[in-house]
Amino acid sequence: MGILDHFNYWMVIVLMMAGLYTVISRGNLIKQVVGLNVFQVSVFVLYISMGKVSGGTAPILGEGITVYSNPLPHVLILTAIVVGVATTALALALVVRIRKAYGSIEEDDILKQENGS
Amino acid sequence: MMAMGAMAALALRNLFAVAMLSGTYSLLAAALYVVLDAVDVAFTEAAVGAGISTVLLLGTLVLTDHHEKPNGRIHLPALLIVLAVGGLLFYGTLDMPAFGDPQAPIHQHVADHYIEESREEVGPPNIVTSVLASYRGYDTLGETTVIFTAAIGVLALIGRVRRIRTRDARSGDDP
Repeated sequence: MGILDHFNYWMVIVLMMAGLYTVISRGNLIKQVVGLNVFQVSVFVLYISMGKVSGGTAPILGEGITVYSNPLPHVLILTAIVVGVATTALALALVVRIRKAYGSIEEDDILKQENGS
Repeated sequence: MMAMGAMAALALRNLFAVAMLSGTYSLLAAALYVVLDAVDVAFTEAAVGAGISTVLLLGTLVLTDHHEKPNGRIHLPALLIVLAVGGLLFYGTLDMPAFGDPQAPIHQHVADHYIEESREEVGPPNIVTSVLASYRGYDTLGETTVIFTAAIGVLALIGRVRRIRTRDARSGDDP
């Protein structure tokens, strides 16, 4: 077993940690949505990495090709990407709505207004 | 390189730069998918992730603020949680099959059936299309439902803002 066998998975974990930290620690709502996207893409990369077969080609049937990568993760992630964009759109619409109601997209400003008034 | 792009996107404070960098991040992800043989996923990521997401982000920025409030503090509890989760996941990867291993459990169940039979059972040479439209058609139906719901939600949220604004404008005109 080589050292680089799990390199893809480790990079996925690094991306995931970056995204999760942003979602938890940043007060800016748009920044949180971007962090959520980074997290999401890291999960996609995890699935696609698992579907790869070394020496395989893209799963499109052709003459003289015997080894294909696994098509199932590709299908699942195709669905997940589109759903992810739909949820991102909904989140950004919420951000716009919050900005209209509070005049700010910073979490602590909004909390201050909620508690202060 | 992709990780560096993501870090830069998350560290910057000007939100326009953040939007552009997150588009670049998606495009790099698409390039990675091509390398990993997932060409259909790469198409979708480049069109939807790098295109539509960036446009949506820019549209939101036009309607809101461009700058994040400076906040240099390191959030210690968050850092601890993230490091703990990352450590656990790292421990989990040690049990995973090696990258590209054809004997991995993920390749043992239905994948062979899809690759060998989809030409006769469904037709198109692209196996991903066959699985998406036929074998797992219910997933695609559910996906469409989710998009429909999200579209209704966005319209309900943004459409209401416009109505409130016109009401405010009207009450402002009255005196």
